[in-house]
Amino acid sequence: MSGHSNYIPKTGFERWLDTRLPIARLAYDSLVDFPTPKNLNYWYTFGGILALCLGIQLVTGIVLAMHYVPHVDHAFASVERIMRDVNYGWLIRYMHSNGASMFFIAVYAHMFRGLYYGSYKAPRELLWILGCVIYLLMMATAFMGYVLPWGQMSFHGAVVITNLFGALPLIGQSITTWLWGGFAVDNATLNRFFSLHYLMPFMIAGVVILHVWALHVTGNNNPTGVHVQSKADTVPFHPYYTVKDGFAIALFMLMFAAFVFFTPNALGHPDNYIPANPLVTPAHIVPEWYFLPFYAILRAVPDKLMGVLLMFGAIAVLFILPWLDTSRVRSLRYRPTTRMYFFIFVVACLVLGFCGGRLPDDYVIPGLKTFQLLDADLNSMVWLSRFATAYYFAYFLIILPVMGLTENPLSQPKSISEPVLSHSAALPVGAAASPEKRG
Amino acid sequence: MLRKCLAIAALGLALAGGPALAAGSQKEPRTVAWSFNGPFGKFDRAQLQRGFKVYREVCAACHSMGLMSFRNLGQKGGPFYDPKYPNPNDNPYVKTIAKDFETSEIDQETGDIVKRPATPADRFPNPYPNEAAARAGNGGALPPDFSTLSKARMGGPDYIYSLLSGYSTPPAGLEVPSGQYYNPYMLGDVSAFWKGEGHAPPGGFIAMPPQLAAGKVTFDDDTKSTIDQQARDVAAFMTWASEPKMEERKAFGVGAMIYLLILAGLLYVSYKRIWRNVAH
Repeated sequence: MSGHSNYIPKTGFERWLDTRLPIARLAYDSLVDFPTPKNLNYWYTFGGILALCLGIQLVTGIVLAMHYVPHVDHAFASVERIMRDVNYGWLIRYMHSNGASMFFIAVYAHMFRGLYYGSYKAPRELLWILGCVIYLLMMATAFMGYVLPWGQMSFHGAVVITNLFGALPLIGQSITTWLWGGFAVDNATLNRFFSLHYLMPFMIAGVVILHVWALHVTGNNNPTGVHVQSKADTVPFHPYYTVKDGFAIALFMLMFAAFVFFTPNALGHPDNYIPANPLVTPAHIVPEWYFLPFYAILRAVPDKLMGVLLMFGAIAVLFILPWLDTSRVRSLRYRPTTRMYFFIFVVACLVLGFCGGRLPDDYVIPGLKTFQLLDADLNSMVWLSRFATAYYFAYFLIILPVMGLTENPLSQPKSISEPVLSHSAALPVGAAASPEKRG
Repeated sequence: MLRKCLAIAALGLALAGGPALAAGSQKEPRTVAWSFNGPFGKFDRAQLQRGFKVYREVCAACHSMGLMSFRNLGQKGGPFYDPKYPNPNDNPYVKTIAKDFETSEIDQETGDIVKRPATPADRFPNPYPNEAAARAGNGGALPPDFSTLSKARMGGPDYIYSLLSGYSTPPAGLEVPSGQYYNPYMLGDVSAFWKGEGHAPPGGFIAMPPQLAAGKVTFDDDTKSTIDQQARDVAAFMTWASEPKMEERKAFGVGAMIYLLILAGLLYVSYKRIWRNVAH
């Protein structure tokens, strides 16, 4: 999409097309010839995996929409009918419901990779922000999709989440009524959620195009964080990364298939197979696993409005991350102290996810009552989530800005090829040239 | 390498920690070595037939199964599947079962609601005309529909089996409210009714009295009709009803896994071959 193009139209039709709409050139430049750093590891394969996840969700979702009935009286039964009476409906529906979880596994791996290798830093700020927009759209889409089967968790989850907006002062109640399309979560809510759930994936696809465009302007980051300096640092995307991504996709699909075929309901909640009943509230309302860290942050704060603001703040802080990290070194490989804080951050995120799935008053260590401080029991999930929440925000707002100014980074390699070539098994630079043309 | 292992382990932890919930005070369900466990598991056809008999003779008096039609009993993987009748509506056994049930329809001449024998295409009739009637007939409690019950409960078939066969006399000191029954596997909290020493016993109260009894259902295949057997069989039948395509799904899955393994192997070899001259 920018810079030099090596595309040579071979047939008369390609030449004709190229002078009118260079779409074949675009595809060639971005998917075949695109120079990609040669040192990308498996963490970099999640981009391709995510593209596949989006494709699977779109295709299965469009087929599901052919059979689904967005009405409070029929939604639950129509989903079951899909799994019982539609040919391979169980496959389509389980791929879609587990596909959402797979999508989030991949997106979290993709985001942690970006955090670790500093892929958000200049000149890739917009690339990162577009990714955050996709993530936000994904969360909205997943939430609305979970409401559609109209089971107990669907309904009560929708009540809890939409009520969060009611915490906003003055306008909160009006916003909630507007979102519901009435005075309670009801048929109007289900209908609009279905409409938006169908719309948003296409918005995601649109932002994905911008995300890939931005990627192809700046080029890939890489594990060293050092800029590409010469052709020796790169390999063409095809066949090198198509095959590497392809292998990673096959492994990912193995995990995906294991869930879909052998334990399709393991990632969901049994209560969602009980038809929604507004008069019976489930004992514990829990969101899907991918929202649990944010649910823990929400519940860590005693004040509802502050909890809501903090929860949205946890995502908002990602948008300004490129300007919070003050270090000039991209990759945490060369920032040993920050790297340690990063691993603690990963643990904090996992701890938040763990706390989100428990009751706030549950003991962390069962039966231990000695951590009583005034009226607070520090040995409780709510206090554990408070510590983890504090660390989550401190990592972005204190550790990253301060570490960039105070830390002494290790010396970085001069180029991507340097650490490779100092390797004992290294080959001459020229050896990399077009092995795809050999036998 | 160590870092990679840690990362993968962390991802696994995140997944494992996901859907878990705070454990209640009820007893953990007893695990059963079901024939349908595992990636190669299949339903035991004879068990499904026995389970259907338990449902029909005991449970169906109060519990509906609104998503099931009689034809489902004769479809592929169902308890009365017969390869001679690929269309389950033609299956004579299913037809006979359906005929024994009455279903209502509107008489097109008069507009009256009339009763007629059911056909394989009909749904299992609901024992009650509406929810209010079901509650009125059961001391205010609503007997849950069985169509998806096995996947709507934590523990699935283990839980159903344990609950049905797990009624026990309430421990001394527990005041059981009238119209309620104590069951150690039932979700709930009985501490408000506990007058004894120490911790309240596990479990909760259930509005359903113990239903199964030795010999209550006569099995056609001469299986000894104990409470344990009846509970097992009906739990298996309910699991089939919740996931009637489970066998098809698992068989498809084995094929898909083999395909993906071969694909992954080929891609790995291609990857090694394409990259062999690149130092990276």
